[in-house]
Amino acid sequence: MKAIVRPILNWLDERFGAGSIEEFLRHKTVPLHRHTIWYYFGGMTLFLFIVQVLTGILLLLYYRPTPEDAYESVQYIVTQVRFGWLIRSIHSWSANLMIFTAFVHMFSVFFLKAYRKPRELTWITGMLLLFLAMGFGFSGYLLPWNTLAFFATKVGTEMAGAVPIVGKWMLIFLRGGEEVTGATLTRFFGFHVAVLPGLATTLLAAHLLLVQRLGMSVPPGVEQAIKEGRQEARSMPFFPNFLLRDIIGWYAALGVLGALAAIFPWELGAKADPFVAAPAGIRPEWYFLFMFQTLKLIPAKVLFLEGEFAGILVFSLAAAVWVIVPFLDYRAGFGRVTRFFTGLGIFVLVFMGVMSLLALR
Amino acid sequence: MAGTERPETNPTRPSRRWINVLLGSGVLASVASFLYPAIRYIIPAQVAESTSRSVVAGKVTELKRNSGKVFKFGSKPALLVHTADGEWKAFSAVCTHLNCTVQYREDHRQIWCACHNGFYDLQGRNVSGPPPRPLDAFEVHIQGDDVIVTRSA
Repeated sequence: MKAIVRPILNWLDERFGAGSIEEFLRHKTVPLHRHTIWYYFGGMTLFLFIVQVLTGILLLLYYRPTPEDAYESVQYIVTQVRFGWLIRSIHSWSANLMIFTAFVHMFSVFFLKAYRKPRELTWITGMLLLFLAMGFGFSGYLLPWNTLAFFATKVGTEMAGAVPIVGKWMLIFLRGGEEVTGATLTRFFGFHVAVLPGLATTLLAAHLLLVQRLGMSVPPGVEQAIKEGRQEARSMPFFPNFLLRDIIGWYAALGVLGALAAIFPWELGAKADPFVAAPAGIRPEWYFLFMFQTLKLIPAKVLFLEGEFAGILVFSLAAAVWVIVPFLDYRAGFGRVTRFFTGLGIFVLVFMGVMSLLALR
Repeated sequence: MAGTERPETNPTRPSRRWINVLLGSGVLASVASFLYPAIRYIIPAQVAESTSRSVVAGKVTELKRNSGKVFKFGSKPALLVHTADGEWKAFSAVCTHLNCTVQYREDHRQIWCACHNGFYDLQGRNVSGPPPRPLDAFEVHIQGDDVIVTRSA
């Protein structure tokens, strides 16, 4: 292997300095301490994203984004195309697991204060990627054009319409008209396979470059212990040691995806019909449940605001605060842990958990 | 994965090589099992070809002499020609050169392919231009008002 790789690297090195690429890969190390496990979730999210890209490309070979054909083409994929059921189920399962690992990654970074100086930009690009992932979920959900998707999209886009002044415009922009129709499907398809992937790829490149450049964050507690000599600063090279461990995790994930797809194939449901009443027990994907439930509990009028708008306002503000948290918790940059932010994180986590459970009840 | 940290060639432990071979072939086999469904998926399922051997290509009254029309025969286009002499002819409309659809040229009284200026005579023979082979010919029968085109078995 070395005998083949070495001359190629030398050849590249003479042209544009592949040595610097090698150097770039080698300089990163992964700190070893009791929280090291959390370092795996970013890589896992990345792997699931790659699974999404590959299975998504495969689905594009047969999917047709029109209201007449969308449902039938997905039906064709899962019944006629060889292994179509597998590809489609893996795409759905991997999407859900990716959102899950992205949330785990985000919360672990939050609680271990890895967003503190100098990693503010890594946090911001990561948060934007999380929003994009949810956008992927929301737009992709409509594409099979089934009843559930149809009403989820109706409700989701209606919420955008509750925003004063620009709401109406946003609703029409998202739906491609006043109602959820074939025009909405065309738009969501475009967002899902072109706009969002373009944005995500760019942001992902920035995110990974920042991670590579700044290295892994050591949690303040561990940093303190090392400084006081209570703990030894240990680490392993990222390449190849940590990467090989990552790959074992990815390999296992692929096995889990295959098993989930085979044992719990993703349902297709009934074809969307705009002139049929919404079925009982309709609800969005699990990662939107906490917002869905909160909006259900908010009264029609909060002070002088419409209930829907009040809810959206609170969520938008909370999201904005979350994105700029490295600047609010600037004390963490000096290695000082502020209880308030840890408490805030626990509150958000409990709130999301309780609301989601209430929605499932 | 400890092997990457220690020298791999240790003459006192020949079993290491075997472990690598077993592990490597296991991983390779599983990678093949991941790729197999994807490759099968990419190859489209066979679309059942229309089995009907004959089709009503049009009405006798529809085509005047020295004219032609393209009609659907199974999944492919075919060409029906009513010659200046009053004969009925039918051919596959797929040019033998590069798959374009041919048409009847009233001015030349020949079949013409617009893509690369290929000509066929009214027997379907390639007479000028790039086409390498004659067009496949079909049988034509008149049944009352209908023009029926039949593929020979």
